Amino acid sequence: MKTIIKYVLLDLLKNKIILVYTLILAVLAVSVLNLDGNPSKGLLSLLNITLLFVPIITILFATIYFFNSIEFTELLLSQPINRKSVLLAEYTGVAVSLSAAYAAGIGIPLLLLVSGTASLILVISGLLLTLIFSSLALLIFVLCRDKTRGIGAAIITALFFSLLFDGLLIGLIYSFGEYPIEKMVLGAITLNPIDLARVLMLLQLDVAVLMGYSGALFKKFLGSAAGSIFAVSCLLCWMIVPLLLSVRVFNRKNL
Amino acid sequence: MIEIIQLTKSFGRCKALDNISLSMQQGQAISLLGPNGSGKTTLIKSILGLVIPEKGTIRINGQAVKKDWAYRSNIGYMPQIGRYPENMTIEQVINMIREIRRDHTVYDEDLLKGFGLDKVRHKMMRNLSGGTRQKVSASLAFLFSPGIYILDEPTAGLDPVSSELLKDKIAQELSRGKLVLITSHVLSDLEGIASHIVYLQDGRLMFYKSVEALQATTGEERLNKVIARVMQTELPASSYAV
Amino acid sequence: MKHPYRILLWAILALLHGRTFATVIKVHPAAGSIQGAIRQARPGDTVLLSKGIYKEHDIYVDKRVVILGEQYPVVDGQGRHQLFIITADSAVIQGLQVQNTGISSLVDMAAIRVQEAGYVKVAHNRLLNNTYGIYLQKSHHCTVVNNQLQAQAVDEQNSGNGIHAWKSGHLRIQGNHITGHRDGIYFEFVTQSDISDNISVSNVRYGLHFMFSNDDAYTRNTFSGNGAGVAVMFSKRVTMHGNVFKDNWGDAAYGLLLKEISDGTIAGNLFVKNTVAIYMEGAARLEVKRNTFTGNGWAMRMQASCSNGLFTENNFTGNSFDVATNGTMMLNTFRGNYWDKYDGYDLDRDGTGDVPYYPVSVYAVITEKIPAAMILYRSFLTNIMDQVEKVMPSIIPDQLKDDAPRIKKWKL
Repeated sequence: MKTIIKYVLLDLLKNKIILVYTLILAVLAVSVLNLDGNPSKGLLSLLNITLLFVPIITILFATIYFFNSIEFTELLLSQPINRKSVLLAEYTGVAVSLSAAYAAGIGIPLLLLVSGTASLILVISGLLLTLIFSSLALLIFVLCRDKTRGIGAAIITALFFSLLFDGLLIGLIYSFGEYPIEKMVLGAITLNPIDLARVLMLLQLDVAVLMGYSGALFKKFLGSAAGSIFAVSCLLCWMIVPLLLSVRVFNRKNL
Repeated sequence: MIEIIQLTKSFGRCKALDNISLSMQQGQAISLLGPNGSGKTTLIKSILGLVIPEKGTIRINGQAVKKDWAYRSNIGYMPQIGRYPENMTIEQVINMIREIRRDHTVYDEDLLKGFGLDKVRHKMMRNLSGGTRQKVSASLAFLFSPGIYILDEPTAGLDPVSSELLKDKIAQELSRGKLVLITSHVLSDLEGIASHIVYLQDGRLMFYKSVEALQATTGEERLNKVIARVMQTELPASSYAV
Repeated sequence: MKHPYRILLWAILALLHGRTFATVIKVHPAAGSIQGAIRQARPGDTVLLSKGIYKEHDIYVDKRVVILGEQYPVVDGQGRHQLFIITADSAVIQGLQVQNTGISSLVDMAAIRVQEAGYVKVAHNRLLNNTYGIYLQKSHHCTVVNNQLQAQAVDEQNSGNGIHAWKSGHLRIQGNHITGHRDGIYFEFVTQSDISDNISVSNVRYGLHFMFSNDDAYTRNTFSGNGAGVAVMFSKRVTMHGNVFKDNWGDAAYGLLLKEISDGTIAGNLFVKNTVAIYMEGAARLEVKRNTFTGNGWAMRMQASCSNGLFTENNFTGNSFDVATNGTMMLNTFRGNYWDKYDGYDLDRDGTGDVPYYPVSVYAVITEKIPAAMILYRSFLTNIMDQVEKVMPSIIPDQLKDDAPRIKKWKL
């Protein structure tokens, strides 16, 4: 497995899209952070970039990569090696190179220019989102028969989590605004990794407002360290569960 | 040797393999023939463990193929289409497979050198022509001197010189008592190599006979004539396409 | 300082007086009592307390004496009594550690009570674990300086204020450090007084609380970690300059709460990390100028009942919401503030943006109605809503705007 990871990484680190992705992130990060000497505003812009672009680019790139390597995967599987190792090695290679791109593009400039807990949490969130959406891409890869369907599914997944889900949730909140729905809303948030990452950052940036609601569950729950730990655990689940499902499906898949 | 017992596999409603039983021995060169969609690729993939059968067993050298993957150490597979990670060099691909198959320490680099791949080993895969990639695939299949070769359209895309080189290599391996399972549309390429013919149609095994036996029954010498005759006499007219 | 000359005169007189006539009466905890010494003393004398513990209570200071402590002698109320009651003008209490008053729901138990007296000075004392620390009633021209007040109040019911003033005037409260009381400093019907350089932290309710108190000023104080920083209610002409309001967290927490007040100025203050930096209700003719609002949940929550306020030359940076309001009418003027969320342009390069800034964001309006919607703040969806609102304003009060937003931050 280590061997495959090593060679997949060797391939991906020379991949032009990864390089361009790193470069764009770095340019965005540096320009946004230097723009007006207002670090909190820069941090916010980077949060938006992270929440919007990282998921969609990650899932699209990873899905396309997995489908493009299908013949290579077959070749690997004709070697004496088990399926799980091949699949997880490919996932690791893709996830690690995309994470490296994020860490280099946004992480390094951010931590150098605006060091602090909020920056660190943002970088961690971005990395977790990268791992999660690579994992979802893997699931799409093992579930879809061909590349076209796969890319379609990837776009829908990214769109769903970054926009549609929140739209539905806000509709829900609007229609049941009179009822005590905080618990339900909190539960709903765990169903969307992008929202979880965002809430992690809200706890850093807007804790004052979150604290501002009388009797709100948010305050009790999110205000404590347990809230952050819970959010991170949910995010990790969002990475691990699709991975395990992928392995299960892949073990029975006909190539 | 490969033993296939009552192998069945369907994709949705379509039966790709229908109750197939075959026994292939060392020293045989089996040519797998049949029209498009007849189940050739599914059969090969079943043997390699890429397709998981519904029913039936496959045994390689007496060992049942199921969850076990170690048996593949004894197989050299050359896929029909060789696509590799774009930014890897030839050398990296070869090294990678070598590192995966650590159980082998002796390498058969005849083809590698014969194709002249060692001279272009620093070229990236994305810069290679289809033919060169086929050469890489072939070299990889033969690198570990396995007991069984599975070659899917090996000569497609190869220039005549390389094609001959590959055929010579196959013949050489056969003489060492290896088992070669080969699919090819170009029947003349199999001339002198194939010792047996397996003919599949709609997932069913139509016949499995030695070339000598076929030559004797048809009275023809050349392979493509033999096959043509067999089809006229033994098969319905609809299945002429090979 | 309303009457500096008078105070100076008194000081000189007191000094001369002391030099020429005053005697020093020494008290030791083992022998004699403070009350005894006071009874013995003539006006102008000094009662000097040696180091030790005095378990006396209800000590009446009814003469113009100086009660001075050597190395902080302890006067202990043992959790049952009140301690000093000053009724004489110009009395001084200095250098004492006064502790453990009782708790009573009938009487406001105070460590040092000044009752209908003038020119009293309470300085450099340590007041520990008292219900009320220093209690001034119907007094005037008193100074409370450099005291340390510390208590462990847990709720509003069973606690008292650090420095409590009622129906008084011309007070000077300066350089005190107050923590753990109900309100750090409480003013009710107190006029023409000055509160400066105090530090009021971690009090249960307010750091500083004004009720019906006019013409007062508080400057250069720090209020942090209180239930709410400062509440100014039903008061007129209160000047608030150069204070720091920070870390006032919680569901009803404000840096500064203004209710039914008029004609005040709020200038040069720093508001950092408060749930709401300034909450105002029924505030009229306020001038809010050259303040810095940074890292707050809401920089301002302004009820529609506020009118004729002028908000200018302030810096708003890193606040979740700049302004929230409950109405659509806006009778206040915002002008020339720096808003970090402003993304307009300045083509003529005069340092002022060419398009107005609307400080009330859509999401501030939405969460005002449905608090649970806050959980979706900063999502892509809410960004879209903000952009749509910019193109077609429909939710935000369009009269609330800054017509001349600054491009660069004010240097304050």
